[in-house]
Parts: sequence; structure tokens; C-alpha cells
Amino acid sequence: MLQFFLRRTLGAAVILILISAFTFFLFFSIPQDPALLACGKNCTPDSLKIIHENLGLDKPVPVQYLEFMRGIVMGRDFAVGPCPAPCFGYSFANNQPIFDTILDRFPTTVSLTVGGAAVFLTLGLGAGMLAAWKRGSLIDKSFSSASLVLSSMQIYFLGPVVLGALVYSTNLMDSPKYTAFTENPAAWFVGLLIPWMVMATIFTANYTRMSRSTLIEQLQEEHVRTAKAKGMSGKTVFFRYAWRGSLIPIVTIFGMDLGSLFGGAMITEQTFSLAGIGRLAVDSVIKTDLPMIMGVMLFTATMILFFNVIVDAAYAFIDPRVRLS
Amino acid sequence: MTSPTQAAGISADSAAIPEPPAGGAVKKDGSAEGRSPGQLMWIRFKRDRTGVISACVVFFFFAVGLLAPVISWLYGKNPYTTYGLETPGLLDDFNFPTGANGGISADHWFGIEPLLGRDVMMQLVYGIRTSLLIGLAVTAATVLTAIVVGVTAGYMGGKTDYWLGRVMDFLLAFPSQLFFVAFMPVVVALFVNPEEETPTYIRVVALFLVLWFLGWMGLGRLLRGQTLSLREREFVEAAKVSGAPPWRIVRKELLPNLVTPILVQATYMLPAAVTSQAGLSFLGVGLLEPTPDWGRMFATAGRVYEMDPTYMFFPGVAMVLFVVCFNLFGDSLRDAFDPKSGR
Repeated sequence: MLQFFLRRTLGAAVILILISAFTFFLFFSIPQDPALLACGKNCTPDSLKIIHENLGLDKPVPVQYLEFMRGIVMGRDFAVGPCPAPCFGYSFANNQPIFDTILDRFPTTVSLTVGGAAVFLTLGLGAGMLAAWKRGSLIDKSFSSASLVLSSMQIYFLGPVVLGALVYSTNLMDSPKYTAFTENPAAWFVGLLIPWMVMATIFTANYTRMSRSTLIEQLQEEHVRTAKAKGMSGKTVFFRYAWRGSLIPIVTIFGMDLGSLFGGAMITEQTFSLAGIGRLAVDSVIKTDLPMIMGVMLFTATMILFFNVIVDAAYAFIDPRVRLS
Repeated sequence: MTSPTQAAGISADSAAIPEPPAGGAVKKDGSAEGRSPGQLMWIRFKRDRTGVISACVVFFFFAVGLLAPVISWLYGKNPYTTYGLETPGLLDDFNFPTGANGGISADHWFGIEPLLGRDVMMQLVYGIRTSLLIGLAVTAATVLTAIVVGVTAGYMGGKTDYWLGRVMDFLLAFPSQLFFVAFMPVVVALFVNPEEETPTYIRVVALFLVLWFLGWMGLGRLLRGQTLSLREREFVEAAKVSGAPPWRIVRKELLPNLVTPILVQATYMLPAAVTSQAGLSFLGVGLLEPTPDWGRMFATAGRVYEMDPTYMFFPGVAMVLFVVCFNLFGDSLRDAFDPKSGR
């Protein structure tokens, strides 16, 4: 078990290094001088030269990459000042350390993800189970058609519509706003309620569809039929046999979704003007803030890979075959 | 050598069974008339009312995109002219439409765009044209790449399979949405100097490239798996024994059996490509003004929603309708090809 876990972690680390190398080389191979971006509007050849030296841009790209990677592990010293251990460099746009900015934005993204996931997981799985349990009934049909339409919704369409209904025209609620949970839990909850609902709507629809179809598939399995044939109650068969079997695909998708959401929900954050990781990514792309894009890219990839490993570990709890092999 | 008709593999084998007279109609003189899997599929598809309706809607969207210049000519307006600024009275002092419901009138059927005063219907029609064009190109390229890589990996096996598999794993681990956003400026910078004005077609090519680059692995994996199992089947072995070259085996034995997953997946990939592209434009890294674009309409609409909610209505409803119908169409297509797989 431990060995399995270690092997997966090592694999994830290798992929992470590959992604960082790929991203770095692609960014720094573009025919534009990155120093020009850091330099701003009033750029003189002299200041350009200083920036070159400060950022180590006059060295060959592979050397720069190694220094960048060493900086992440051990920290590095720039001419502007030291940059402690997980050092991703300084932003071109506001000269702040990248890692601090990411840490600063992360709580918003975490709040958005945790709340949204709580909503869509309960509603989606609940509706999916109900639909599979009452297959062919009116409930099933209405859930299925509702989830079909809702899963085709886009956040950038649904978001403003919901905002219009609840905020602009009726003033029932205030515009979404992030307040730290530690500061004021009630304001945190109220401020993020609309983004959670809108984000969760689309996910709920997808989870309903997915859990319904995997459950129906499981209910047709032979071991489920055998359990029914020996006279076990419908409930036991449903929860102990079919439900457990359908957990594997659900956990896989949930892990993937969670990983990418923790890496920043760009469209949701943009729609509701929330300053999370996703918004940071979009802003830094629009400003061509290369070190920031690089940092966010690695951060997001780490999140995705981290949750992949978690999912693998979860398999071992769900499926004894994984544990034993 | 087996004809694809008889060897239609996993899907069509099972597809032929439920048709009562063994997949053929009986002629008047008593001799059975053979039907190809394609014909059977068509017959089943025609019976599915939801499928036919959604296919019509999908077709309508493509027709709108294709005939955008004709519509523009008939309607007498174009997506670039700022009617609201040229004709006094259409926009108020804050440049919002004066008329009710976003300025819907006999002249402007879907209203007028706030701030710039362009015609919403023309914006939408040309926006659909742009989005569908990019979506179609991306889907075609991803499907083609997936076929080449998937079939190569599955058919060659061994080292080729291993390394292609690793490449697919690696690309699947990429944070795809962020990748799309982050690499748009990079890809654009590969073609033009950032100080110069970027021509629209380069942004279109860049969008196409980023969406294609991370789009093909899912189908590639699926086709690799299918090829791997098809490779062991008797008809492929027979073809090998009879001395058929690999290219012929791929073309005549494998590909006809892979048509079903390819077509079905493609119908799911196209709306996904369209919405991804729209998402990028919404975030401000896709197509820029003044090129009409479906996704960018949402960005504008979101900004002005408080003042003019009507502007969101037409692009939004069109988008939902398009995605719903395309997904329904995909489901029906899958059922028609492979009636055993339940929904």
C-alpha cells in the first residue's frame, strides 16, 4: 500500500517536472524579450540591461530553467532582494513575489471550491441515486431532462441571469463578495452563496447524469442480480452492492474536478469578479506577466496531480482488489 | 479478408441482431434484400423523433453560420456598422438602447448592442459563424490526430504503444483550461511580433492550435483500446495471413470498425470545442474586437447586464439550444449505431 502510494507520488512528481520544463521552454522561446514586459512603458536601454542582469535573462534558457527550479526548492537571491524557499520569482506587473500572491488568492478559490463541491456532490449524487432507484418513473424522466438542459448551461450565461434575478432587479442579495471565513463566517457564506449555486448547477447536472448511469449499469451486474435472487431487501442491494460498485467512476471524476477547481475556476471567478487563482491566471495572461503565468500553471498542475494521487489512494479504500494487489 | 459489412465488429454485430429479419427486408418474390449497417443505422435514426428534431436544429445552426453573408444581405445590415451611433434616437445619453427590450424593433429584430450600437442579430449570426468554423476545424483536427495516434499505438503495440501512451498521459495531466488561456499569447507571439497589430486570422489559428493540442487524447486512448482488441480478431489475422500490407489492414479492416466511436465522440467534441472557444473569448484571450464572436458577446452582456439584460438573451438561449441539441443528437446517433448500449 505504502509502496503503491510512493510510486504514484513519484510519477506525479516526474510529470510535474516535465510540465514545468515544457511550459518554461515554450514561454522563453517566444521571439519577444521578456525583459521588455518587465520594463514597462518608460523603458531605456540601460534599465533593460539592468533587468536582464537581475532576472538572469542573459543566460541560456536551460541554465535559466535550472536556476528557476533550484529557486523553488532552495530559494534564490535576486538583485531586488532575497526570495525565500518556494521561489517562483517576481511578477513583472506589480513586482510582488509570485508565491505570496498565489497564497493570497488561494483562500478565495478554496472557499469557492469547497462550498460548490458540497452543494453539487450532495444534490448531484442524491438526484442520480433517486433517478436510478426509480428508473423509468416520472422523477427519473424529469431529473434526466432537467440535468440534460442544465448541463448544457454555461456559467457566463447563467451567472449574470441569476445575478439579475437576485441582485440587480430585486435587491434580495448583495453582489457576491469574498470575506475571509475566519473574519466573519456569516458574511463568507452569504457572499459566496450565488457563485456556489451557479457553479454547482452545471456540476450537479453532470453528477446526476453520471451517477444515474453508473448506478443503472451496476444494478444490471450479475452479483447484484444474485443478491436480489437470494432475497436481500432492495435497499441493501442498492446501497451495499450497486452503490459501492459505482463509487469508483464517481470518485475518479470527483477527484479530477476537485483538482482543477482548486487550481482556479477561471470563468466562475471572472463572472462574479472574485479574486481567486483563476482570475489571477487570466489577469496575468492579459498583462503577459510570464513569471506569474508560470507560477499559476505549476500551482494548478500540482493541485491536479495531488488530487490524482488522492484518488488513487481512495481506490484502495473502496476497492479491496486495489488494496491487495 | 472480410468486408466491413459483415465484420462490423463490436457495435454492428450486436446492432444487426435485434432487427427481426436478420437485418434485411424481404422482397415480394421472397428473396431477402441485404442492408448495410449504415442503412440500418439510418432506419433506426429516422425512428428516433428527438434525434431527428435535434439534428434539424443542429443543421439550422450550421446553415445560419454558412449563410451568414446571405442573411446579412437579405436583412440589409452588417455586423460592423454602429447603427446606434449613426442614427440619432436609437441610443440614449449613456449609449444604452432607448427602445424597450434592448431596442428590439422592426429594423433591429434582436435589438441593438449597448455602447457601440451594432445590430445584435448580425453580431450573433456572424458570431455563430466564427465559433462554428473554429469548432469544426478543431474537431476535425483532433479526430484526425486521435485516429492516427490511437490506431498507430494500438496496431503497432510494443515500444510505440508505450511511448505514445506516455505522451497521452503527460498531455492529459496538463491543466487544460489554464493551458488554453496561458498559451494563447505565446502561440500568437510565435507568429507575430507583439508590438504589431495581430491580424484576426492569426488569433483564429492560435485558438485552433491550443484547442487542438490538448483535445485529442481522450479519443486517442479510446481508439487505441478498440484497436488493441480488434487487432486480435480473426478477420484481421486472416487479412494478415493473406498478405495484406498494414496500411490496407488499417484502412479496410480496422477503420470501418472504428467509425461508430469516432462519429459519436465527434458529436460530443464539437459542442465542447465551441463552448471552450466561447469561454476563451469570454475571458478576453480569444478573438478581439471587432471580429464578431459568440463568446465575446457574453463578456459584453455580463458587463451591461444590470442596465440591459436583453442583450444576454439571444446569444445565451442560442448557446444553450445548440449545446442541448448537439448532445441529444449525439445520444441518438449512439443509440442508432449501437442500440444495445442503454442510456
